[in-house]
Amino acid sequence: MTTAISVSGVVKSFGRSRALDGLDLSVDVGEVHGFLGPNGAGKSTTIRVLLGLLRADAGQVSLLGGHPWRDAVALHRRLAYVPGDVNLWPNLTGGEAIDLFGALRGGLDRRRRDELLERFELDPTKKARTYSKGNRQKVAVVAAFASDVELFLLDEPTSGLDPLMEAAFQECVREVKRQGRTILLSSHIFSEVEALCDRVSIIRQGRTVESGTLAELRHLTRTSISVETARPISGLVELPGVHDAEVAGTHAKFEVDSADLDKVLQYLHRFELRALTSSPPSLEELFMRHYSNQGTREELAGV
Amino acid sequence: MGQFTGTGRLVRLALRRDRIQLPLWILGTALVVFSMKSAVVGQFPTEKDRLGALRAVVDTPAILMFRNSPTGLSDGDMLAFGALTFIAVVVGFMSTLAVVRHTRQNEETGRTEMIGSMAVGRRAPLTAAMIVVTGANLVLAVLSTLALIASDLPTAGSLAFGLGLGAAGLTFAAIAAVAAQIVEGARSANGIAASAIGAAYLLRGVGDAFGEVQPDGYTMTTAWPTWLSPIGWATLMKPYAGNRWWLLVLPVLLFVVLLWLAFALADRRDIGMGMIAARRGPARAVPRLLSPLGLAWRLQRATLIGWAVAFGVFGALIGSVASAASEAFDEGTGAARTLRELGGDGALTDSFYAAMLTMVGGMAAAYVVQAMLRVRAEEAGGRAEATLATGVGRLRWLGSHLVIAVLGAMFLLLFTGLLAGLLAGLNTDDVGGALGDLVPGAVAQMPATLIMIGYVVLVFGLVPRLAGALGWLGLGVAVAFGQFGELLNLPQAVMDISPFSHVPALPVAEATATPLVMLAVVAVLLGGAGVALFRRRDLAL
Repeated sequence: MTTAISVSGVVKSFGRSRALDGLDLSVDVGEVHGFLGPNGAGKSTTIRVLLGLLRADAGQVSLLGGHPWRDAVALHRRLAYVPGDVNLWPNLTGGEAIDLFGALRGGLDRRRRDELLERFELDPTKKARTYSKGNRQKVAVVAAFASDVELFLLDEPTSGLDPLMEAAFQECVREVKRQGRTILLSSHIFSEVEALCDRVSIIRQGRTVESGTLAELRHLTRTSISVETARPISGLVELPGVHDAEVAGTHAKFEVDSADLDKVLQYLHRFELRALTSSPPSLEELFMRHYSNQGTREELAGV
Repeated sequence: MGQFTGTGRLVRLALRRDRIQLPLWILGTALVVFSMKSAVVGQFPTEKDRLGALRAVVDTPAILMFRNSPTGLSDGDMLAFGALTFIAVVVGFMSTLAVVRHTRQNEETGRTEMIGSMAVGRRAPLTAAMIVVTGANLVLAVLSTLALIASDLPTAGSLAFGLGLGAAGLTFAAIAAVAAQIVEGARSANGIAASAIGAAYLLRGVGDAFGEVQPDGYTMTTAWPTWLSPIGWATLMKPYAGNRWWLLVLPVLLFVVLLWLAFALADRRDIGMGMIAARRGPARAVPRLLSPLGLAWRLQRATLIGWAVAFGVFGALIGSVASAASEAFDEGTGAARTLRELGGDGALTDSFYAAMLTMVGGMAAAYVVQAMLRVRAEEAGGRAEATLATGVGRLRWLGSHLVIAVLGAMFLLLFTGLLAGLLAGLNTDDVGGALGDLVPGAVAQMPATLIMIGYVVLVFGLVPRLAGALGWLGLGVAVAFGQFGELLNLPQAVMDISPFSHVPALPVAEATATPLVMLAVVAVLLGGAGVALFRRRDLAL
């Protein structure tokens, strides 16, 4: 088995509103898969369908080779889930909650638990009602990474963590990845996604709009370039892949699709380059355009 | 910026949130008040009927405990005797729930933090809550008065009845305001307020039960415990029989003192915190916590202990008052003679036991509704999501709470029966006999209690978002129809809706297995349907 999660054409409605509208998602075993989309796009709903907490109205879902609704309990022993909004029992301590989640999941590595507590600087003797949002998240994160499971479903696990804890979290993800485990990571933090993910899927309004490796996606991004030449520039605007060009004599500022970068630079050589600054292609820009309502696939592909 | 800035806006917000709930409470109460007179007249049409009934009542502590000390024979007197204390409890719950809803519950959910960051004074949230609840009690007092006047009752007495209710509501509102300052959780604050209502009801019950019969043989002077109870003050005003207006001073005075205390406490504490600092706990879980059943027990433990205390007090009361009842019986009073003619030897004590055990059944129903609604609280609070995402199936998760509700109710009933039987037996030198009367009588409440469990599981499976409202409504219907149905003069078919109408009134009635088995079967069907529905539905977050 090489596919850990396979979702195709899944539809889920709540009353009249359609949360998932033919969603596709494929996650390979052993990869860290980024799951991105604006608020309300359906990320948490998808994860809850994968957990068998919600039932899909239509479409195919397969998780670790099983059916998420029918085989829920057996599958849950093989996965760990960190919800986006961690709710704990107010009068249990963090330590008790971690042990409880571990036990209900089918076991917990005690040494690893203590090591993680130290790494995340979490006081396990405090009652959950006194924890901040970040500390409640740490409880769920520690409980997840101290479990011996094949799959991690992480729903914005670091939204309340400070940068030091964010680094600790990334380290944990790399460790479990090295052990060959699979991670589905829903996140809004682009640097986190760039640092950790092998592949990403971007969803909007319940539908997958983009899916691929980061390298593939980079091809969909644009590099910002500012040049100064010896001779006045002409004909730049008409080149394929060039956008938002501002040309003033020997100065030009423009954006270029990464796929067309080489051709455009060769074209500029004929005006004798004096200076060139470029801002590297950022996934953030790509995501931003997917997140905003105007962005469409065609526009991004530069067609 | 003043301490009270923004109060007006918060009042409007609270009224908007309560636009359905508060009118329902108020109109429902007024409607019950309005229906009372025809019920009383239907039950006791002539003065002769009333005289006969009250002569028996004044020697029956059990009835006095749950009604009131009789003050006379007029329609108004009979109404105050039969219904005043019961309605005062309803008004009390309306008030305390509203106060906690608009104070501590807002803090617990973080809404007060949002509000507090805006141009709103420190004292505004509590002030707004108290204004809303005071207004609600005022409207309730006026509507109740009008409902009574509309039933052709004397104006002054009707006003005393209505104001007594409103004043009792205000007192409990102030108690809830103080409770909401002291503890961190809305559940705990509601629990403290509910205990205060229960204690007030019990105190005046004891005062009425041990009251002194007047020379006329059918009216009474209550004993001192009634004077300690806000519900007692409403009865001591004697609507339609003297209208002692000055007694309104007591609730108003207590209201002012408690309100001052609540504000003093509110000024001295941080938003979101209680007066009692949170303690640290264990860094590791004990092994017995580490299962769905262990978790359910941990979550349900405090509720069960609280109820065990209430059941224990009640059982002890049954056991100790029983001897007073049989003393009255031994003294050969007129009422005892009548009862002996009617029911044979020992009938007085037995009817006392039967009436008490019906109340125990109602308490058990309230316990299981609260215990089973915990599953909805877990689901709505997102904790069920986290639990069910582990290797715990839905059946096992729901089943764990079911087991605790069933065993908990069984324990409470047995415990009460044993305690009451033991004390009654020691008082009457017949431990075996008293245990034989009270233990089976208490356990006989179990099948009807099981139906309440089954009912809550069914609404939880079917309409989770309404489970809380429907659960408590179901309890209200079961208790009102089953235990106060005759008082409300309801037709038998309506009373039969309540499972408690089908419980044989042991030890007066004969123990028959058929209705109990039928009740248990219905309970299993309801619960089974609820579990099946829950396993098929989406989690309602």
